[in-house]
Amino acid sequence: MRNRRSGVPAPLLIPASLGVAFLVLPLVGLLVRAPWGTLWSQLTAPGVGEALRLSLVCATAATLISLVLGVPLAWVLARSRARGRSVLRALVTVPLVLPPVVGGVALFLVLGRQGIIGRWLYDVAGITIPFTTPAVVIAETFVAMPFLVITVEGALRAADARFEDVAATLGADRWTTFRRVTLPLVAPGIAAGSVLCWARALGEFGATITFAGNFPGTTQTMPLAVYLALQRDPEAAIVLSLVLMAVSLGTLLLLRDRWLGRAGAGMAA
Amino acid sequence: MSLAAAVRVRRGALDLDVDLGIADGEVLAVLGPNGAGKSTLLRVVAGLLCPDAGRVAVDGAVWDDPAGGVRVPPHERALGVVFQDALLFPHLSVLDNVAFGLRTRGVRRPVARQAAGRWLARVGLEGLGDRRPDELSGGQAQRAALARALVGDPALLLLDEPLSALDARTRLTVRAELRRHLAEFAGSTVLVTHDPVDAMALADRVVVVEDGGVVQAGTPLEVSRAPRTDYVARLVGLSLLPGTGAGTSVRLDGGGEVAVAEETSGPVFAAVRPESVALYLSRPDGSPRNVWPARLVGATPHGATVRCELAGEVPLVADVTATSFAELGLAPGSEVWASVKASEVTVYAR
Repeated sequence: MRNRRSGVPAPLLIPASLGVAFLVLPLVGLLVRAPWGTLWSQLTAPGVGEALRLSLVCATAATLISLVLGVPLAWVLARSRARGRSVLRALVTVPLVLPPVVGGVALFLVLGRQGIIGRWLYDVAGITIPFTTPAVVIAETFVAMPFLVITVEGALRAADARFEDVAATLGADRWTTFRRVTLPLVAPGIAAGSVLCWARALGEFGATITFAGNFPGTTQTMPLAVYLALQRDPEAAIVLSLVLMAVSLGTLLLLRDRWLGRAGAGMAA
Repeated sequence: MSLAAAVRVRRGALDLDVDLGIADGEVLAVLGPNGAGKSTLLRVVAGLLCPDAGRVAVDGAVWDDPAGGVRVPPHERALGVVFQDALLFPHLSVLDNVAFGLRTRGVRRPVARQAAGRWLARVGLEGLGDRRPDELSGGQAQRAALARALVGDPALLLLDEPLSALDARTRLTVRAELRRHLAEFAGSTVLVTHDPVDAMALADRVVVVEDGGVVQAGTPLEVSRAPRTDYVARLVGLSLLPGTGAGTSVRLDGGGEVAVAEETSGPVFAAVRPESVALYLSRPDGSPRNVWPARLVGATPHGATVRCELAGEVPLVADVTATSFAELGLAPGSEVWASVKASEVTVYAR
C-alpha cells in the first residue's frame, strides 16, 4: 500500500512534474545553447555593460519611488476607514492586470508632449519626459509599484493592530506609532515587496518601449537589448538573457537569506 | 487623580451604559462575564473608542464629551494600560519596551533607559532588560508590561484581564505583586476582570457589569456576601433564591418556601452556601423546616469535596465530602433530599 504521508497520488504527480519541466526546461535550454566559447567577448561587447547598468539603476530608482509612495498607500488601504477604499484598491491593482503596452500608451497620453500634464510641463518648465531615462523609471514604477503595495498591505493586515493601540496609550501619536511600531513590525513584508517590485521593474519591457523608446545609453534596458539582439544576433540575445537571469537569481538568493526567510517566518507566526 | 466616567456605547448587540467614579489611589474592579462590555468600557476610557454619549473626566479635565465636542486623543491622555496578552513590542528589547512611553513624551534616550531600568528592578526583572520579549515567560512579560504602563507616572492605570493569560501558579505570584504595586500607585486604577478572585484580592470596590449595565456595586466583601444576580452568586459560590419575605419564611419566585432565622418582608434574596446544604437518600428524621426533594444533575470534584448541582423546586448547589458522596452512592440522576438549617440562610433586600 502507498504510504499516505510521503506518497503523491498519480493524478497530482504527473501534472506537477509536467509543470516543473515546463518552468525549468526553457532555462536549461538557455544554458545549453549559450555560446560558451565566445561568452567573454560577447559580454564585453559595447552596449552590454551600458544596458545592464541602466537596467539596475532604473529598477532601483523605481523601487525607491515605489517605497516612498507605496508604503503610505498600503497603510491607507490597510488601516484607514475612509469610504471608497475598495474602489481605491481596485484602481491601484489595475496595473497588475493591465497589459504593460497599454500602460505605456496611457503614460504617453498623460505625460507625452501633447499629454494632459506633459503639455503643461513642456510649456511652463520646458521639460520633456518621453524617450528619456526618467521615462524608463516612470514606466517601471507604474508597472511594479502595485506588487509592493499589495505585499505591504497584506503584511499590515496580518500584523497585530493591538500593538498600535498599545503605542497610543504610551503617548505615541499616529505618525510616531507608524514610524516606531508599525514599520518595524512589517519590515519583512516591506523587504519582500521591494524584491518583488525590483524584479518586476528589472524585467519591464512593454511599457518601457512604448513610453521611453529604445535608445542605447538612455532608455535601452536589458530586456529591450535582448529583444533587439534576437533580431540580428541570436547568440548575443542568449548571452544578454543569461546575464539578466543571473542578476535576478543572484539578487533573489542574496536577499532570501537576509530577508525573505524571515518574512516567511514572520507571516507564518 | 480621580476618574468620573459616564459611558454610552452601542455596538452591534452590545448596548453599554455605565457610570463609574473612582477616587485617588482607589482600585475599582469591573467584574462581568465575557461580552458584558467591560473591555469596550476600558477602550472608551483609554480613548481607543469614541463613546456615543456620556463624559469621561480625570481630575476635572474632560477627556471625552461628545455633546460638547471634546475628545482628547489616546496619546494625550495620562494613562497606562496593561492588556491581557502583555503585547510587548516584539522588535524592541524589554528595556526599550519599558522606555517607550518616556521616549514618545520627549525624554532623552539615556534618561529614559535609566528610568526603565529602575522600573524593571521594581517589578523583579533586573538584568532582563536586554532580552527580546519572546525570551520572557508569561509572568515576566506581564510584569514588564506593568512596568511599561507605570513608567510615565500616569494619572490612571487600566488593567484589562491582566492575569487571565497566566497559568494558575504564576497568576498567584503575579497577583500578589500586582497588589503591592497598586498599593504604591498614587493614581486611580480600573481593573477589568471576569475572575472574582482578582476582584476580591486587588480591588477596593467592585462594579459588576452584565449586558452593558451595572447590576451591582460595593466593596468586594459586600458583593461576595450579598450577590444580586445569578452570575455573581455563581462566581462566589452561592445559590441565589429570589423571593418575597413573610415573617420567618421566604416565598420563592420560582415556587417553594425557605425558612429563615430573621423576620423579613418584601422582595428579598435568600442566599445559601453550598457547604451548608446536606444531602440524604430518604427524607431526614426530625422536623428540619427546610427539606426539599431534588435530583442530582451534575457533580464535579472540588478539592476534597464534590460540588453537586441539584434540580427541583428549589435549585441548589451542595458541597459534600468525597467520602459521603461515595457512601450515599450518588450519581447524576439520583433522587435525593436536600436540607438547610434556617440559620444558615442569608436574607437581604432585593
